[in-house]
Amino acid sequence: MREDLKCVISERRTLPSGQVEFILDNPRLAKEAEPGQFVHIAVENGKNLLRRPISICDAADGKTRIIFEIKGEGTKWLAGRSVGDTLTLMGPLGRGFDLDIGGSAFIIGGGIGVFPLYMLAKKLKNPKIFLGFRNKDMVVMEDEFAALGKTLVATDDGSYGEKGFAIDLAEKEISDCDIIYACGPKPMLKAVKAVAERHGVRAQISMEERMGCGIGACLVCVCKTTTGNRQVCLQGPVFDAKEIIFD
Amino acid sequence: MNTKVNFCGIEFKNPVLTASGTFGFGLEYDEYYDISELGGISVKGLTLKPREGNPTPRVAETYGGMLNSVGLQNPGVEVFKSYYLPKLKAEKTCRVIANIAGSSVDDYAEMARSLAGVGVDLLEVNISCPNVKSGGMAFGTDAKNVEAITRAVKAEASQPVVMKLSPNVTDITEMARAAEAGGADGISLINTLMGMKIDVNTRRPVLANIKGGYSGPGVMPVAVRMVYECSKAVSIPIIGMGGIMTGDDAVEFLLAGASLVMVGTANFVDPLAAVKVKNGITDYMRRHGIDDVNDLIGAVKA
Ligand SMILES: Cc1cc2nc3c(=O)[nH]c(=O)nc-3n(C[C@H](O)[C@H](O)[C@H](O)COP(=O)(O)OP(=O)(O)OC[C@H]3O[C@@H](n4cnc5c(N)ncnc54)[C@H](O)[C@@H]3O)c2cc1C
Ligand SMILES: Cc1cc2nc3c(=O)[nH]c(=O)nc-3n(C[C@H](O)[C@H](O)[C@H](O)COP(=O)(O)O)c2cc1C
Ligand code: FES
Repeated sequence: MREDLKCVISERRTLPSGQVEFILDNPRLAKEAEPGQFVHIAVENGKNLLRRPISICDAADGKTRIIFEIKGEGTKWLAGRSVGDTLTLMGPLGRGFDLDIGGSAFIIGGGIGVFPLYMLAKKLKNPKIFLGFRNKDMVVMEDEFAALGKTLVATDDGSYGEKGFAIDLAEKEISDCDIIYACGPKPMLKAVKAVAERHGVRAQISMEERMGCGIGACLVCVCKTTTGNRQVCLQGPVFDAKEIIFD
Repeated sequence: MNTKVNFCGIEFKNPVLTASGTFGFGLEYDEYYDISELGGISVKGLTLKPREGNPTPRVAETYGGMLNSVGLQNPGVEVFKSYYLPKLKAEKTCRVIANIAGSSVDDYAEMARSLAGVGVDLLEVNISCPNVKSGGMAFGTDAKNVEAITRAVKAEASQPVVMKLSPNVTDITEMARAAEAGGADGISLINTLMGMKIDVNTRRPVLANIKGGYSGPGVMPVAVRMVYECSKAVSIPIIGMGGIMTGDDAVEFLLAGASLVMVGTANFVDPLAAVKVKNGITDYMRRHGIDDVNDLIGAVKA
């Protein structure tokens, strides 16, 4: 049986780029978590009914790491939790990245989309990593990724790394690539799909949609695919780019 | 202590069911607890042909609830019959209610024909979906249509027929009476209330479909009032729903005149919500020295 898990926050940190990081203690969550999966966190403020989906950034030895941006009321409440507090969450949920594709892997992350790629990078052999951010102040986790593979950074305004988009940096080296794994804003994922198709490379992308149940029962979170509307929470969030239909 | 309720000649082991569209075909939640603990489940609204539903975003959180504009995405009645229903029947002991929708009187009749004798315990006829352009709520807000669809479904159905009413009407008792006149065995209410949410920063509606159905605890007083009114207006039994979060909430519906209750949006808040509601009812009975849940039905002192 699955459970609604109780997780104690054992570490809390605010990153220089503004996001909040938690280390959650729960043996079952850490054991079952796979790269690209997410947790569905109850916002226990007596006001926000729906849970908030947050990706698993890393998991090992009973500990699961999540990093989130403060967007609205739910993430604001979440950011207000301290070490020792308990979160109620469902997880790990969804289908993560396929690690068995093999070949030379490119990881492409944009903005807060870089977080779910970290555990993936750890599991792949010598991936090449391309990270994109709005500007210098938003750059996050560069050193941690660099420890796992050659890492290039792009910023939209050129204030750090190369000026431009991560996918453009990746395309320049695409002849070395067998599989792209990507997470980030929709326009970036659309560009990844286009580049992958142009060069005949397989791509796996992580989709984002507003959610209700988080487990496939309510059908609010669907995205358009070649086989019809499919639940991001259950059949995703990771899909093969060739299946996704962008409007 | 007795929690069994006989509804339209069918025995439910307890009065707690899950509401259509919030519980898929039951299998997702069955990973969190044995859904056989429930009185029954009402499956996602079915149509003759598969439907893809509306564009996203399909959900908006609001104070006290949520809006949805799923638009009856479903795999079609044939997939239900060939895959989900046999699985539920083989593995589960809770009652299975098929929630059906159509865009014409003939569609509804054909759905009922297609589900006759296949082992569905009850038909719940959705004439109140606010998220589809043709049919749906347009039927449920006109008493003549309510009666006509009820008659057409009754003519084909092999199981008791429950008409699911829309709260988006001036006088819900008029619709309840029309269902009764058409031969309905019971009614269920409420479906969602038509609502809208605007993002003030972008000045755009949050839902791609602009409007959607409001559900969750915020609708509960409206739903309780409507169940109460209907129970005075008709003599057929009622399934009550709308915002039930706890056992005490469910008891309110029973007192107002519902024989069974359904738990919807609460499932998203807590995957164990429906069993907790079930246990909450027995807690209430114990606290108040009540031996038979049937003694609560319609027992409001008003
Ligand atoms: C699979 C998945 C993984 C995610 N992983 C992360 C992560 O690792 N780090 C991170 O910072 N953010 C992540 N997000 C986005 C995060 O869920 C939203 O930022 C968050 O739900 C916003 O809640 P809020 O109450 O602060 O904002 P509000 O705007 O007040 O939320 C209102 C409603 O809209 C929903 N919502 C708003 N923005 C989004 C969004 N972008 N995606 C989905 N639902 C949204 C909320 O869940 C809530 O139901 C992820 C989203 C998905 C779908
Ligand atoms: C996401 C969602 C999907 C729904 N889909 C259906 C449906 O297919 N058929 C139907 O009759 N009602 C549908 N409903 C309405 C519910 O069954 C119920 O009537 C309503 O949500 C009120 O109960 P609640 O406040 O407990 O959720 C849906 C509700 C939600 C939230
Ligand atoms: S959130 Fe309910 S189906 Fe995905």
